[in-house]
Amino acid sequence: MPTTAPMLEHQDSGSGSAGESIALNDLEKRLLDRYQKGLPLSPTPFRDMAEELGTSEALVLQILQRLQRDGVISRVGPVFRPKRIGASTLAAMAVPAADLERIAAIINDFREVNHNYEREDHYNLWFVVTAPSQERLQAVLQEMERATGLPVLDLPLERQFHIDLGFPLWC
Amino acid sequence: MPETTNPPLDALDRRIVVATQAGLPLVPDPYGAVAREAGCSRGEVMERMRRMLSNGVIRRIGAVPNHYTLGFRGNGMSVWDVADDRVEHYGRRIGELEFVSHAYRRPRHLPEWPYNLFAMVHGRDRTEVMEKVARIAAMLGEDDRGHEVLFSTRILKKTGLRIGSG
Repeated sequence: MPTTAPMLEHQDSGSGSAGESIALNDLEKRLLDRYQKGLPLSPTPFRDMAEELGTSEALVLQILQRLQRDGVISRVGPVFRPKRIGASTLAAMAVPAADLERIAAIINDFREVNHNYEREDHYNLWFVVTAPSQERLQAVLQEMERATGLPVLDLPLERQFHIDLGFPLWC
Repeated sequence: MPETTNPPLDALDRRIVVATQAGLPLVPDPYGAVAREAGCSRGEVMERMRRMLSNGVIRRIGAVPNHYTLGFRGNGMSVWDVADDRVEHYGRRIGELEFVSHAYRRPRHLPEWPYNLFAMVHGRDRTEVMEKVARIAAMLGEDDRGHEVLFSTRILKKTGLRIGSG
C-alpha cells in the first residue's frame, strides 16, 4: 500500500484500492473513450468534438475542465514519445530492503530520472533514465553505480510492438 | 534502429513542446493561446504539431486518462523469456491484446535477468491482471520459457517530461 501517492497518474499503480472510482455520466464516458486516442487537429478541436458528440462546445470544455480537476484525466494535449527526444533506458536495481529508502533517494536526486517505482521482485527498484545523448546516459548509469555501490541493469528499448492508443475503459 | 533516431527540434518546436507538455489550455482556441506563449502564429503551432505527429515526436494529442482514478489499480509489468527468433512474432501478438498498453523487446542480462519481452498488463485488481497474464501464457504455450509479473508497490518519483530547462 502506498502511504503517500503524490501523483496518481496513469500506468502502474500496483496495489491498493484506496477510495472509490469517480462516477462518470454517459457523455463523459463517450467523450473520454473516444478522445483518449486523439483530438481533431483543427483550430477549434473542442467545437469539432461537440459536433461529433451532438452537444455544445461550452459543455465539452466544462466536462474536460471537471475531468481534469477531479484527476480523471491528467491533461488534454500531446503525448510525447520520450525516446525520440534524447536517449533513454529502463533501469533496474536489486536493493536490500533495509537500504531501499536511502538508495531510492540517491537515484531520485538525478534529474535524469523521471519515473521511479518500487516493485515486488529481487529487482525492486525500477526507473526510467532520460538524457540528451547516449554518451550522457551511459555516464549517468555509471555515476549511479558509483554513488550506490550497486550494479544497475540497463534495459533499453530494442523494439516497440505496440503504440499505446488507449484501451477500452468501459467494457 | 528507428527508435533511436531523433528528428531535430528547432527552437520554435521546443517552445511549443514547453507550452503544451502540461496540456492544452481548455479554451475555444487552444492553439491560438499556445501561439501567444510560443511567440508565433496559430497556423505555425498547428503545422509544427502536425509534423511532430507524423515523425513520431508526438504519439497522439488526446485526453490522457488517469487509469488509477478510473479504477484500474492492479496494473502489472509482465516479463517473459521467449526465444530470440520468436520474440517478434509474440511481441506483435501480445501488443494487439486490448489489455496490454505497452509491449517492448529489451535485452536480457544473463544470468541474472533472462527476460526479453515486456508487456504492461492493465486490470482493475491483481486477480484480473493475473488472469490476463495467464491468457498470455496460454498463448505462448511451450514457448513461454519463464515469466514473472512485477507489481509496483510504490511510486517513488514521477515527473513529466522535462525539456527546455537544460
